[in-house]
This record gives sequence, C-alpha cells and structure tokens, in this order.
Amino acid sequence: MRVTFKVWRENESTRGFRSYAIDASEHMSFLEALDVVNEMIIREHDKYPEGPIAFDHDCREGICGMCSMVIDGHPHGPRQATTTCQLHMRSFSDGDEIVVEPWRARAFPVIKDLVVDRQAFDTIQQAGGYVSVGTGSAPDANALPIGKQVADEAFDYAACIGCGACVAACPNASAMLFVGAKVVHLAILPQGDVERTDRVTAMVQAHDAAGFGGCTNHEECEAACPKEISVDAIAKLNVELIRAGVTP
Amino acid sequence: MDLDPHVPSGPLAEKWDSHRFALKLVNPANKRGYRVLVVGSGLAGASAAASLAELGYEVDCFCFQDSPRRAHSIAAQGGINAAKNYQNDGDSVFRLFYDTVKGGDFRSREANVYRLSQVSVNIIDQCVAQGVPFAREYGGTLANRSFGGAQVSRTFYARGQTGQQLLLGAYSALNRQIARGKVHMHTRTEMLDLVVVDGHARGLITRDLVTGEIKRWAGDAVVMASGGYGNVFYLSTNAKGCNVTATYRAYKRGAGFANPCFTQIHPTCIPVSGGYQSKLTLMSESLRNDGRVWVPRNKEDVAKAPSEIKEEDRYYYLEERYPSFGNLVPRDVASRAAKMVCDDGYGVGHVVDGHRNAVYLDFADAIARDGRDTVADKYGNLFDMYERITGESPYEQPMRIYPAVHYTMGGLWVDYNLMSTIPGLHVLGEANFSDHGANRLGASALMQGLADGYFVIPYTIGNYLVTEHKGDVTVEHEAFEAAEKAVKSKQADLLALNGDTPVDEFHRRLGRIMWEYCGMARTAEGLRKALVEIPKLREEFWADARVHGGGDTLNASLEKAGRVADFLEFAEVMVRDALERDESCGGHFREEHKSAEGEAVRHDETFAHAAVWEYAGDDKPPIRNVEPMEFEHVKLSTRSYK
Repeated sequence: MRVTFKVWRENESTRGFRSYAIDASEHMSFLEALDVVNEMIIREHDKYPEGPIAFDHDCREGICGMCSMVIDGHPHGPRQATTTCQLHMRSFSDGDEIVVEPWRARAFPVIKDLVVDRQAFDTIQQAGGYVSVGTGSAPDANALPIGKQVADEAFDYAACIGCGACVAACPNASAMLFVGAKVVHLAILPQGDVERTDRVTAMVQAHDAAGFGGCTNHEECEAACPKEISVDAIAKLNVELIRAGVTP
Repeated sequence: MDLDPHVPSGPLAEKWDSHRFALKLVNPANKRGYRVLVVGSGLAGASAAASLAELGYEVDCFCFQDSPRRAHSIAAQGGINAAKNYQNDGDSVFRLFYDTVKGGDFRSREANVYRLSQVSVNIIDQCVAQGVPFAREYGGTLANRSFGGAQVSRTFYARGQTGQQLLLGAYSALNRQIARGKVHMHTRTEMLDLVVVDGHARGLITRDLVTGEIKRWAGDAVVMASGGYGNVFYLSTNAKGCNVTATYRAYKRGAGFANPCFTQIHPTCIPVSGGYQSKLTLMSESLRNDGRVWVPRNKEDVAKAPSEIKEEDRYYYLEERYPSFGNLVPRDVASRAAKMVCDDGYGVGHVVDGHRNAVYLDFADAIARDGRDTVADKYGNLFDMYERITGESPYEQPMRIYPAVHYTMGGLWVDYNLMSTIPGLHVLGEANFSDHGANRLGASALMQGLADGYFVIPYTIGNYLVTEHKGDVTVEHEAFEAAEKAVKSKQADLLALNGDTPVDEFHRRLGRIMWEYCGMARTAEGLRKALVEIPKLREEFWADARVHGGGDTLNASLEKAGRVADFLEFAEVMVRDALERDESCGGHFREEHKSAEGEAVRHDETFAHAAVWEYAGDDKPPIRNVEPMEFEHVKLSTRSYK
C-alpha cells in the first residue's frame, strides 16, 4: 500500500508540515512505517535536508506510555484502546494521506517535531501520588484482606500509562483523567486511605500550577485513553475533593 | 582480576542474617554526607534510589527516557515469585532456592540465590503496602498462579501487567523522595562513561539528550541498574532504547563481564512478520498454564487452517515429551522444542524467508472447560494485544507463537554485596549476572530487581562506604577530565559519520549474525564465523553509516549510533564466551553437546564456573577469568522435566 505521511516538523528554524510518501505493508506497525520514512530520509539525505523525524517511542507494545502522536486528529490514531505503537497499517487504506502531529497543550511544550516535554506529569505524581511507606516497614501482605472487586477497580485506575492522550484530546488541555486515575486508585485501597485528603489536594494544586486547564465534562479524554480509563475517575476525584473540604 | 565472591561463612540459611550483622553501618547523621549515583530507573534502580534516599543518602538518579516510569520493567507481564506458601502447596524458601538453582542449570551462585528466595517474601509485603493492586481471591487474600519450572503456585500477579504495577509502586516511592529533595532525578540523560579514581568508581559522564550538554557527576558510590543487552540481537522483546552502553563502558573501565553468552530466548512471542520488523512482542508465559502447544503431526497439514486439523493429527509435543511438566517446562526447554519442530518442517503460519517459524498455542480446551469469561478475566489483555498486532482473535483460533530473545542472564560480575570488580561500582537487576545462572525461570526477574534494590543494596552499600571508600573527589579531578575528553572525541567520531546507510541497517545485520550463530543453537564453526563477520561489519559501520544532525540538540540518530557502536564491540565478547564455553547449559545450547533426545549436556568438571571477561585493550582479545560455582545444597544433576 502507498501512503503519505504529512508530519509536523518543528525545531529552532522551522515549523510546519512536510509530506513523505512510502510503500508500506499492512502488517507493519505505524511506528515501523515511520522507521521506513526515517530510513528513506537518511538514504536520500540530499532530498530531505531536514533530517529524520524525531518521535518518542520505547517499548512498542503499548505499556511504557512514551509514544505520543495525534494521528488524523485523534491522539494515538483511529483505533479504540490502542497506543500509537500498537496501531498497524491495516487500519489505513492504500492512497491515504495520514496527518501526524505532536500532543498540543501549553503544559506539554514541543521539544522537537513530535517530541513533547511531559515532565509536568511527574511533578503531579511527586506532589502526592504515593503511599508514605518506607522500605521494610510493611506488614504481611495478607494481613489486610481486600475484596476482589475493590482490587480489580483499583487496578482499572492504576492501569494508566501516563502517555498524556487525555490532555491532547481535551479542548481545555486538562489532565483531570490522569490525576483522577491515581487519586482514585489509591483512595479506594485501605493502604492509600490514610493520606487521601492531603493527596487529592496536593495533586490537584500541582495540576493547576503546571498550566493544565480545568475539566468541563467533554469526556474526550475517556474516548482517547488507550487504557480505557473511565471518566468516572474525574467524578470520583471531585468526591475526594469535597471530602477534603475543597470546592471543585 | 580479583573474583572473591565474599560469600559469608556459616550455614546457608543463616548467611544473610549473620552477614547483615557483620556489615558496618553508616551513622544516620553521616549518611547525608554521601552521594550515590544511580544509573537506571527500572525496578532495581528506582527501588534502590528510593530506599537509599529513605535511609538518608543523597541520590542522583539517571534515565534516558522522559520519565522514570517508562523503564522497560514496565513491560513485564506475568508475575513475581515469592516463597509465601499462601497456597499451602509445599512451597518454602528452600524450594524456591532449589527451583531457581536447578532452573538456572547450575551456573548461579547458591548463596545469592538463597538470599533472593529469603527476601522474596518481603517484596510482596512492600508492594502491597505501596498500593500495588495484585490479583485477589473473593475472600480478599492474594491470588497465585503457576509458572514454568515450578510445581507450586507461587507467582503473584496483576492481570498481565505485573511489571507495570510493580514499577509504578517503585516509581511512587521514588517520587516521594524526589519531592523530599533527597533524590535528584535526571530524565532524558544518558550515561556515557564511568569515572574511576584511584581504582574506585567515583563518577559518571552523561549526555543531556535534549540540550546535548556533556556533564560530569562525582559521587561516593555508583549503582548501575541499566538492564540487559538483548537488543544485541536487534529483534528482541526489549524496548527499542534498551542497550549495553552503560555496562559495556564500565567493562572497558575494568569491571568484569560475566557469562555474556547466557541469553534467554522466550518461547511464547508473536512471530516475525517481515523484514521491516522493529521488535518482537512477548505473550506472557502464564498463557502456558491454560494454553496447549501443538503443531500438525503431518507436514502436509502445515498450511491448513488449524480448525481443519483433526485432534489425532495434532502433535502436543511438550505434553508428550515432558509428561510431568507438560506445557510448563522451563523457557529454554520450551524454546528449543519449538525450534526443533519448526526446523523439522512442522512449523505453521506465514512463510517468511522460506520458513514457517511458528507453533500453535491453543486455548480451545480452556475456553470449553472454564468458559470464555474466566479465560478473558485471566488473559483478556494479552488476547487483545495479540489481536491488535496480528488481526486475529485467540478466542476464535489458536495463537501462533515462536521464541524470541527476551532476557540476558549474563551481566557485570558482582560479589555477594553486589559490588563489581571495580570497588564502589554496584550492579543490580538484569545488569548483573549472579542469580539466574544459564536460564532464568519465569517471574524471577521482577523478584531479583526488587530484591537487589529494596533489600540488598541498602545494607551492603554502607559497608563499602565505611570500610573501603576513600575521601572526597570533585569533578575537577583529572580522571573526569580524561573521561569527558574521551566521550567528546567518540561523539565527534560518530557525528562525522556521513555515509549513506542508516545506523539501523547495521544493527539489523548484527542481529542477523547473532541470531544465526549465537542464538538458540550454537556451534564452534558458526561462532568462529561470527568472529570474522562482526569485525567486518564494524568496519563497514565506521566507513558507511550516516548520522544526521549535530550534538547540541535532541538527536535520536546520534544516540542510536553510539549504542550500536557499543553493541558491535560487545557482540564479539559474547561470541567469544559462547565459543569458549564448550558445553550446553540452560539457554546456551551447543550442538556438539546434546543427548540422543536432543537435551542439553553440561560438562560440570570443566565448566561449573562463571566466565568473567576482562577488557585488555582495543587491540587485544579480552582475558577469560573464572569464578568456580560450588553446589553444596543442591546436588549437581541433569535437569529433567520429563
């Protein structure tokens, strides 16, 4: 199949789209097709003086959260519950032009091409996304029974990979789904219960300070989340805020 | 090379306790005067950095990804072993120890493995306290499952994302220390050299991957937790960024590299689909609990749809050949069996380069027995992952799988205190060599990474600082000057590469050489060929590779070139090790040493040791040293899973 990638290129000197046409196989992953583009750029360096496209990627199996592209207007592309690296070319057709852009949000400044700076996510987690338990001070793991349903629900929220698709999808560039997922994961477990009030307050403050917008219930985040984290996380986050005495 | 393992004397079960008492302590008030440099933020690195900071040490932690949460531990699927015996099925610390030594085919160090088994129980407690949502029974207790190489259920898991949940636990502990100002986290920063002052590891040279700044870091000790070198094969289940650079540069500075030829080929991965393939995806070993592995009994059936092949025409080769372990034989055994049936012409699936290299992993019986919902609850996310990649549903038809490079048991040599042959350089997790011998059992990598980081290094590093560490060193020292100069000069060489061939092409070619001659089955003849081809490829790389762009900006092409240049050197050490180890053991299978039934044959009289390679200069072959492996508590015997 013949496809054209229309890719956002950005560095100190250029900003704009460039197009690259290649022959791809339907079995290729999306990133493998971009590898082919980059190898073509290197082999035909006189024709493409701008050099290879910079993009973040690592595990290429949908779990590290490093890959981050808006493909044809959708964070991680057209398939539900699929990261960019898990997307395969069989989701596209011969002759397609595929538009590829970086996450766009004030809190995620572009470093180069499709690579953005997501340190704000780490900053939010550092504000309170943990249980304060030092190494060695834990009781026996079975000392505190936790119902299967509670553990499963906690897992559903803990499955967040921190990719930032929720922010990229949100018209306000809000990271409330990301914050809610961690707050709820820890709040519903007995281990996280002790610090739930301080945690939610600190994490929401860090979120706002980092320049993310507020949630106005568009729910685009849930639709874009490759791990299908429910927007219920945001409702529950608000409950946690009310419990903490903060008006959401 | 001094290879004294410093194993404490006394009975096996008391070694760690008595050693912990014998280790010198650093006064709590003095700990803040010491700075520890931690390379890597996976399970071992993050748990070490957090635990050391909790104790009061000043910690700098480095990772090349944009966040410590992205380290490749995150991709581990199946689980983590612990000798909790919650299932009352006969497990014990000694049994986990025994299974691990036997599973490693008698090439690991007994004392280290015993300690690993002991602290395994504390790891589960720690992770649960952090809020790791392990799978649970309806009554609220923790659930377990079985894994290859064991006949008890001791594996704890969080659906098919155990590594992710454990890493996020360690990441949360790390975040708490970053917020306290005790850990200084440096993301998008790659270690490019180790600085050795008066024989001790005292610093690092790093490159900021965004600004290109080359920087010096001085510390009182270095902890290296930089993972494995599976990407020397190009295609592996490792993340694209995984590399050998940190450990290889330490090797060139004097750290012994132990057993580099011990690599693990995992039996259940999604097969290669074409030449553009950039990585391989693992399907968790836990699938072998319920999936049955088979190929057609008749060669004329290999191209048929699996549903058209009658039950009596299916060859369940693991169940038939290994009746007591069946589909749960260890990884090396399962991988070789798959290779044998495919090499014999019974492989299925697409033809790639003239071969059908795949076998079936079939869930039809499990779905009929337990129902689709139960199977989905256990493996749903793995089935979805398979479907995304192949476009086929494992609920409807069997998965097709084939072995792929997954883990490297070899690594920098460490003693019982996890210190390398360079005093002050401690090596943790997959980056060291000590616990898995010639084959790692499933669900043991997560256990080892966290054992090293949470429960071993916090004790042993203090002893080094009190007894051996010498005085303050600043980055003005001439050793830093020299190391920085060497790094800059190497970078200049890489930036000067202006041929026509992408770096990836050389990496792919190296991978093909390694897979062909140093993969699942090795021969002296093939390995000698590799020793000719690798230097040739290296020359071509330096003559014709192309690196685009400059050094003072984000430049993936430069990063890649540096890592591939190191793989091109390291591969030779690995092949030499495979050639010199003239026996079969675990994942190292030499065609010359097999039984009539095709099983590995060890030569304990000559090779019951770790081979530790010592760098001797760029123009001289490395020196092979040995540390004998003694087996007092598990009798040396031929592994049998029949």
